[in-house]
Formats: sequence, structure tokens, C-alpha cells
Amino acid sequence: MAYLDHAATTPMHPQAVAAMTEALSTTGNASSLHTSGRRARRAIEEARENIADALGARPSEVLFTGGGTESDNLAVKGIYWASGKRRVLASAVEHHAVLDAVEWLEQQGADVTWLETDSCGRVSAESVAEALDDDVALVTTMWANNEVGTINPVHDIARVCAARGVPFHTDAVQAVGAVPVHFADSGASALTMTGHKVGGPYGIGVLLLARDVKCTPLLHGGGQERDVRSGTLDVPSIVGLARAVRISVEEQASRAAELAALRDELIAAVRAVVPDVIVNGDPADRLPGNAHLTFPGCEGDSLLMLLDARGIECSTGSACTAGVAQPSHVLLAMGVEPALARGSLRFSLGHTSTRADVAELASVIGPVVERARTAGLAGMRRSRKVVKQ
Amino acid sequence: MKVLAAMSGGVDSAVAAARAVEAGHDVTGVHLALSAKPGTLRTGARGCCTIEDSHDARRAADLMGIPFYVWDFAERFTEEVVEDFVAEYAAGRTPNPCLRCNERIKFEALLDKAIALGFDAVCTGHYARLEMVDGRPELRRAVDLGKDQSYVLASLTAEQLSHAMFPLGDTTKELVRVEAAERGLSVAKKPDSHDICFIPDGDTQKFLAGRMETKPGLLIDDATGAVLGRHAGVHEFTVGQRKGLGIDGPAPDGRPRYVLALEPVSGNVRVGSVEKLAVSGISASDPITHVVLDGPVECVAQVRAHGGTAPAVAELVDGVLQVSLREPLKGVAPGQAVAIYREDAAGDLVLASATIDATS
Repeated sequence: MAYLDHAATTPMHPQAVAAMTEALSTTGNASSLHTSGRRARRAIEEARENIADALGARPSEVLFTGGGTESDNLAVKGIYWASGKRRVLASAVEHHAVLDAVEWLEQQGADVTWLETDSCGRVSAESVAEALDDDVALVTTMWANNEVGTINPVHDIARVCAARGVPFHTDAVQAVGAVPVHFADSGASALTMTGHKVGGPYGIGVLLLARDVKCTPLLHGGGQERDVRSGTLDVPSIVGLARAVRISVEEQASRAAELAALRDELIAAVRAVVPDVIVNGDPADRLPGNAHLTFPGCEGDSLLMLLDARGIECSTGSACTAGVAQPSHVLLAMGVEPALARGSLRFSLGHTSTRADVAELASVIGPVVERARTAGLAGMRRSRKVVKQ
Repeated sequence: MKVLAAMSGGVDSAVAAARAVEAGHDVTGVHLALSAKPGTLRTGARGCCTIEDSHDARRAADLMGIPFYVWDFAERFTEEVVEDFVAEYAAGRTPNPCLRCNERIKFEALLDKAIALGFDAVCTGHYARLEMVDGRPELRRAVDLGKDQSYVLASLTAEQLSHAMFPLGDTTKELVRVEAAERGLSVAKKPDSHDICFIPDGDTQKFLAGRMETKPGLLIDDATGAVLGRHAGVHEFTVGQRKGLGIDGPAPDGRPRYVLALEPVSGNVRVGSVEKLAVSGISASDPITHVVLDGPVECVAQVRAHGGTAPAVAELVDGVLQVSLREPLKGVAPGQAVAIYREDAAGDLVLASATIDATS
């Protein structure tokens, strides 16, 4: 069994499990004024300080949310609503949590400019600069692409935006723990991260929101989290998240070196048996654990099923609600042909990955691709009968 | 055997898959996404490719402990079933999309892919009995004659049938539901799907009107040649139709009139008395034969998915299946399939199937 889908979710770090488990058996609403409430509040604030410290933010800039999707929605809609301006600039390769939120704003009357990317899926600061004007409410560009792993020049983009006084949000869900992420140094106004991609629990995330950025809440209620995100704080998840963020950031540099070496080994091993495999995304400036590969002539769902049956778990890219594998909007935006886009798989490594995982993949990928190619050809064969007119 | 179970999300395919698992096969469940717009939730009991159906199929597979995937066949389905359906109507013919789907999707696109991926067979919840005898498949009517689907499977080739598995042929629908409940399948009480899955509101005329060139034409009395009225297009009619013809007043003899023929080139629709609707001869092309047909054969002919049977004599003449009905059948339209059966106490045996070109 080889789990090669860490970009979808990665196992919780044992220390995070322990911290969370301990917190699960305590009682206390962080908004209560009594002893139990203060104890809960203390756990939250310690977690907040830890996360702020790990990510180069101030504690007051750390807003706890229900996860990456909520953080993205809050940043995109909240900053847009609070600005009173009409334009939004977003890259065409964003995660659906940003993409669909922006599309929704467009339906509500926002004037959206979709920033094009190069063939690696990278957005340039120049394209942002060209599109900027005084009516832009928000620019949003992901730090690192969740599918193809390409890293964006977020510092440059943030600088361009800051020069115009335009808020810049970046979805850093895949970046935290994988590459150095320092909120203050990045110059971003808002940054999304989530627990379950860094060895923390599901259902908890953070929006780092610079203190001077106005953001209209999605959720109204008790006024928690600077009045931007109401709702009783989830103490155990927040405690678990803080521990995971701390570990993943502390270990980032050494882990990145390890994973990049392992990832290169994986690509080389696949290429050795499938010489025409295509590596998508930037060859160098990419997430260390990401190998996004196209197997010409194959369908992604065939490959996925054959690998799954052999104990190897990976992803075909974005999955829709019904579980149908659609050609990835990221690859299409990069200019990849739909047929090739359909034949792509994402292998993503994480903190529990080993050389044995790569060896396991290497031992089966040849026959699997061969078989999937036969099936791909079968799929292209037309009907035996002629339709009568 | 390695078996790919096509799971629609309904009770039949779920029980069929469960039986395949129980028989010791290595089963993988697959739900076919056939709708170009998969993001719609079902309204009522219709349709076979909604999110809810895919969910039901997944939950059934979970219960059996088999792997489950959703495969996208929307493009193939649109090309080979939906567009064929529209083209057939535009040509004044009456297609059977379920038969087409079995032929081109479940036992062609899906089966080809399954075989290529290393599976030996595709298993479905169709009601028909299938047995390999001396290396040849024998397809028979299901035990449950009310649910029998051998008609929509009869056009599969021997090659296709030799890789098919229909575990429900020996059971009644009622008992399948009982079995589903016993197995704890949540779909045990799910209503049957009806109508055409890609026309969820059941309004075929509206569906067609938006997809084909509609040409207004005349309603013509077949006996006298008199023009009885005008209509918006032949797609609004099917042979044998009586209601909604838009004719003012009854025929001179006071008897109801029926659609006898659709003429797509002129756009005319011929109507006449019920007797004229009776067909005693059928000529059908592109035959698929399951036995050697040398010379005339006594049989039972069937022209619709349910009902529409008559004793007949069939013969293959120059690649065309000629069927002489001993009792006339009504509402026989070009484009429909005719299946012929040999009566048998062990379940009527499918001899052949072909597409009706002409009637007399």
C-alpha cells in the first residue's frame, strides 16, 4: 500500500493527535468568563500565538475558520464586499474555493478579470500590474498550485498590489509546510491555510488577515475572531492545528529537501518505464512533494482504478460532486489539450512518504500504463453500426 | 472472474452486483455518468444519472465492500444515444434509446473498456436469462415476464453477450426487492425508473423540438388524400397515436383516427382507421442472429419493450429479416426493433433481433 495523495490530505502528526485528544476531554467555551472558559481561551490564544509565530504574522491577524474553503470564501467575498469597488482579479488556475467564489461574485455584478498563466500555470506580476486600476477591490492568486505544484511569484504580485493600495489574497493551502511562508514578508493582505494539509485535523483552517484590511463577515453571530468570523471556537481542533503548523514549519526545510529528492526519484522511475510521460508544471520552481504527470493515450480514471487495485493511491486532479473526473481547469488554462488533460495523474508526497512507496509505484506503473492505453484506444473506437439517417 | 458491475443506483443493479460478489467473483462497481449536466438532483423517481443515483450506487457498493468508481460516459452517451434518438425521430422513425444504450454504451463503450482493463465480464441488473451453451450464449426471457428485458438485449452480438452477466433473470422483481431489504441495501424501496433517462420531465415532444429542425406539415387522410389539418412537425407524432392529433371533428364514419405513417421528407402525417394500423408483415435490417436461421422459422415476434407480441414466421432473406405475423400487431413503426423468440418452457429463447424498416 502506497499513499501518494498527500496534497488531498496528509496523515495527522502523532503529536497533533495527542494534543487534540487531550483537549477533547476538557470542557470550556472560550467566550465564557469562568475558570473553564478562561482555560479554553488560554489554549486558543496560545495556539494563535504559535501559528502567528510560525507563519510570520501577528496573533491578531490569525482568524480561525472552518477550513480552506471557508477562508478563501471569506477573503474573496468579504474583502470585495467591504471595498465598495467593482473589480476582482483572479488567476484562472485557482482552487475551486476561490474560482467558484469569484464566479459567484461575477454573477452578482462584479467585474472579473481572469489572469492568464504561462504553460507552467504561473501568474506573472506584470500581468497583475497591467490589469490593476483604482477600481480593483481584490487580487487573488494562489501561492502554489494544488494540481501541478507550480509556485507563483507571490512576493512580486503583493508588491505590485501594495503599490496601488489594492488588497492581495493568496491561497497558501498547499504552500504552508512545503515552502517557506512568512506572511509579513510576503506582503500579502490575506492568506488562506488549512489544518489537514499540514498534519492537523480536518475542519479547521486559518485566514491570516492583515490588521488594516476591511473584511465583511460571511457568518454573523457572537462576534468572535475580530467580528469577522462568528462561531464558538473549536478548542481541540485549534490546539491540534497549532501543533501541526509548528511541526510542519519547523521541519519544512529538511522535509522539502527530502521530498524533492524522493519526488525526483519517482519521476525518474516512472520515466524509465514510460518514456513519453509528461511532467506538468514548473520543472524546478514547484512544490517539493508534487509530481503531476500526463500519460498520453490513457484516461486518468483507468489509471487511477488500476493503481488503486494494486494498492497505490493518487489523484486524477479536480473531482466534481458526482465523482466524475473532468479534465482539469488548471491544465486547460495552461493550454494542455483536453485529451492529454484527461490522462493526467497527481502523485503527491508528504511527511510519511518513503522510498518504498516510490518503489511500489515503479514496480507497477509500466503494465498499468500499457493496460490503460489499450483501454484508451478501445474508448476511441467508434461504433460497429452506422446510424441510419 | 473479474467482473465490472454497472451500478445505476437502482435496486436491480445493486442486487445483481451483490449476487456477483456472493458467487465469488472479484467485483468492481462502476456508476456511469451519462448526463452532460451531472450536477442535478433528481426530481421524483425519474432519471438514472443524478447525484442521488450515483450516491445510492456508492452506498450499495460500500455495503458489499467492493471498490466503486464513477466513469464519465456523457460524451459517448450524447453522441450514440441522444443524438441517434433525435436523428431517428427526425427521419420519421421511432427509436428505442434503452436498446441503443445497451448496444453502444453498456455493452460496447463500457465493455470494451472493461475488457481492456482486465475484466472478464460486465454485470447488470437486467431481467433476462443468459447461459453459455457449447460456447454460445443463449438469451432467454426472464422468469418475471412483467419485467423481462430480453427485448432490449436481443440486439447484442454473441461476443457482447459472452461477456455479459445478468444475475436477476431467474428472480421476480418482488423477490429482488425482498432480497435487497434482507441485504440491508438502502435502495430496496427505491421506485423504479421509468421513461427515458435523458428526458426527466417525460416531455419527449418538447425535448425533440429544441434539438431538431422542425418542419410544419399536413395531416392527411390516408384513405381519401384529404388534408385534415396542419402540424408543427413529425416529431410530435408516433405511429399508432390517437390523441392530440388536432383534427376538428371525427371522420365521416364517426370513428377515431390514428397516425399510420410519418413522412419526414414531405413533412406529412398520414392518419386513418384502426384497421389500417394493423401490420402483418415486417421487414427489418441489420439483423443480429443468435441461432442459424436457414429457412422459415416458427416464432413469436415482439416489437416493443413490453407487450406487442404475436406468433409469426420469420426468415432471413438477403440479409433482411422478413417476419410474417399470424396475428396482426398495431403501432409498429420503422426504427423500432423486432425480436423473435422460440417458445420454450425453460424461457422463450431469443433467436434474432433487427431494426424495422418497413411494415405491410
